[in-house]
Amino acid sequence: MSNTEQSAHKVCWSCKGPVEASALFCETCNAIQAPGQLDHFTRFGLEKSFAVDVDAMEATYLKQQQLLHPDRFASKSGREQALSSQQAASLNEAFETLKNPVARAHYMLRQAGHEPEGGEGHTVNDPELLMEAMEMREALDDAADKSTIDAMIKDTRKQARACEKDLEVAFDGHSYDAAKKLATRLRYLMKMTEEARAKKSRLAAA
Amino acid sequence: MALLKIHEPGETPLPHEEERQIAVGIDLGTTNSVVAISNSEKPEVLRDKSGGNAIVPSVVYYGDDAPVVGEAARDQINSDASRVVSSVKRLMGRGLEDVKSVAGTLPYHVEVPENSETENGEPMMVRLNVGKRVLTPVEVSADILRSLRTRAEESLDQPVEKAVITVPAYFDDGARTATKDAAKLAGIEVLRLVNEPTAAALAYGLDNGAEGLYAVYDLGGGTFDISLLKMQKGVFQVKATGGDAALGGDDFDHAIAEHLLAERKDGGATDDLDASDAKRLLKAARTVKESLTDQDSIEVTVALTGTETKHTVTREQFDAMITKLVARTTAITEQVLDDADILPEDVKGVVLVGGSTRVPAVRKAVADLFEQEPLSDIDPDEVVALGAALQAEALTGGSDNLLLDVTPLSLGLETMGGIVEKVIDRNTPIPVAKAQEFTTYQDGQSAMMIHVVQGEREMVDQCRSLARFVLTGIPSMAAGAARIRVQFNVDADGLLTVSAREETTGTEQEVAVKPTYGINETDMATMLRDSMMHAREDMEMRVLTEARVEARRNILAVNAAMAADKALLTAEDETNINQAIGNLETAMAGEDRDAINDAAEALENASRPFAEARMDSRIRQALAGQNVDEVN
Repeated sequence: MSNTEQSAHKVCWSCKGPVEASALFCETCNAIQAPGQLDHFTRFGLEKSFAVDVDAMEATYLKQQQLLHPDRFASKSGREQALSSQQAASLNEAFETLKNPVARAHYMLRQAGHEPEGGEGHTVNDPELLMEAMEMREALDDAADKSTIDAMIKDTRKQARACEKDLEVAFDGHSYDAAKKLATRLRYLMKMTEEARAKKSRLAAA
Repeated sequence: MALLKIHEPGETPLPHEEERQIAVGIDLGTTNSVVAISNSEKPEVLRDKSGGNAIVPSVVYYGDDAPVVGEAARDQINSDASRVVSSVKRLMGRGLEDVKSVAGTLPYHVEVPENSETENGEPMMVRLNVGKRVLTPVEVSADILRSLRTRAEESLDQPVEKAVITVPAYFDDGARTATKDAAKLAGIEVLRLVNEPTAAALAYGLDNGAEGLYAVYDLGGGTFDISLLKMQKGVFQVKATGGDAALGGDDFDHAIAEHLLAERKDGGATDDLDASDAKRLLKAARTVKESLTDQDSIEVTVALTGTETKHTVTREQFDAMITKLVARTTAITEQVLDDADILPEDVKGVVLVGGSTRVPAVRKAVADLFEQEPLSDIDPDEVVALGAALQAEALTGGSDNLLLDVTPLSLGLETMGGIVEKVIDRNTPIPVAKAQEFTTYQDGQSAMMIHVVQGEREMVDQCRSLARFVLTGIPSMAAGAARIRVQFNVDADGLLTVSAREETTGTEQEVAVKPTYGINETDMATMLRDSMMHAREDMEMRVLTEARVEARRNILAVNAAMAADKALLTAEDETNINQAIGNLETAMAGEDRDAINDAAEALENASRPFAEARMDSRIRQALAGQNVDEVN
């Protein structure tokens, strides 16, 4: 990689020689290294864009887990086991963050220095969205059969897809205020889908 | 001079012969247990000396002599039932509160300690009164594991000290720790705790080279698990899992037993059952259940409290008795499918695990839900142990299969008002590390209680309490000013550690969450001393092995560095390093751990000038390639 920002070296804990700061393994002695401060996109060799091909990313994720997972280090020294656990955990975090569109949007906002809404001390101040959410919740409360709920789930998912498209545009244009609002909307839509599913299984169990 | 073995960089050498110990797979089940071994990805179950049954009933008889495990113990139910313990897995990691809910269903007396909490305010573990003994579930499980270990050693004709042990995916932290403790007591090093459905998938996946999305429906004696896995290119990725830790074939037995008792009552019998009666009745009920797998009806004679009654039970009646129980499993399955956003028709195959999946009504319910006939070409009683054996082989360097599992239950902390703040959601891939920040709610608050809970509910008292500890020494600040960072780590076994840190001052408390229902270290040490003479030896052996592993890595690393940067190696350094390697190899051949560590340190010292030369050279190279402007 010709990435200049990643070209710093550190000392390999095992052979004491130089190793690239972002390397997973020492190129000389092959010892597993501690996870550095790699950003999630770089980890998967992805462009910093909201549009992520989740399937392709998953393939990279699985390839990396094949190398880093603690099961690969079961007969190695305690230190190597601990490092592998850290590496696998940070790989999992990167994957889980980028896989979930809301988490991905929040991550990209923070990377750009913007705190997403709804976090600590950031109340959601979008009357239109709050009204919409309230209406959806009422409709869900009134829904009494599976097919009504299924239709609702289908509809919220469609809206979520559209919202993701808008987020893509917003991030591409560095419109972070718009992205913030859209991320909040997406979070609501996801939550509604979840609640609708929960209600569906409650209905099924009754 | 000793000849040096130089490995190609990037090529991981196989573990040295002496450490390449044999590792078995153990399915420690509620009703039955099985031990298996795998060679070249061909797993097989280990049978008793006579080459008979692979299944060991998870039943222990505590007579006057050493504990007896398996079929022989089960036979004692008719003669000496009060000293027979079965289904102990249901109590693993359980506190008294939990046990009350299953109390009536357990065929032995569960002791309620006078103080329900220890001096540290931790709830006491359940104890069983068995004959003259008072036993913890961990000890009973250890007896079962010891017997499986002996079986494996006799069958393989060599010592067996390592194993992969399976647990229900739905087992919480307390039950997982209890299982590990039991293995420790039995002198077994647990390479990994693997979830039962995942193990089963592994057994099927390798056999069929399966790719795609699979569901594993596991209904055992006492637990139900449903897992969805994606299999691709040797990677088994658990997408979602769910279940009920107290639902299984035992409940079918109880349903039949209740039915038989009700019929007797209608016939005028007044039964006041003691423990032995209850066990005999359950044994009869189990026979009924098993017979109804192939037959449409069965006649059974029940002899209790002096009266003998004859009953006919039809398949139809039995199906009706268990309808609700089976419906609970399908409801949980639908929930898990929803969680993973998967439709039943997306599932390529359904694997059946556990003896209870032999019940026709269960098979039919699963087939109806997934609209396909489930797979069952591997014996459902053996499939988990076979998968565990495959994983044991993979962990000891024998294959490239990889299991990626998830947390079965959400983990969180108690916040104001008894509300749970989730830190790690269920179905998060493990290992996982996550942190969350909290703050004080009173001015000048100097301590904070950290209460770790597991479960999906919103209120603390509806979740399982895993541990409590207090972060002290928070400096005096206004309410809301302190920043307390609580870090959760779940390892590849699914076990949790929690640490808390006050960020502004760095006050830190690190607590390995030893679940409150597990055994504390002192108890463990006492039990080890009492029950196992080799404990100390084993421990020392382990430390020695670790020293050797570390020393070997050290030598390989230095050799690799010398091969890579030969030009930077002075003749003097080379001599010193090679001499130090020779000394270390000599020390490694011996049994003295301190000598190995000393020699390893000497090697580190001898190779230091060379390591520094390599660092210098790399830095010079890096600088040479850049403009002065860029170097800052």
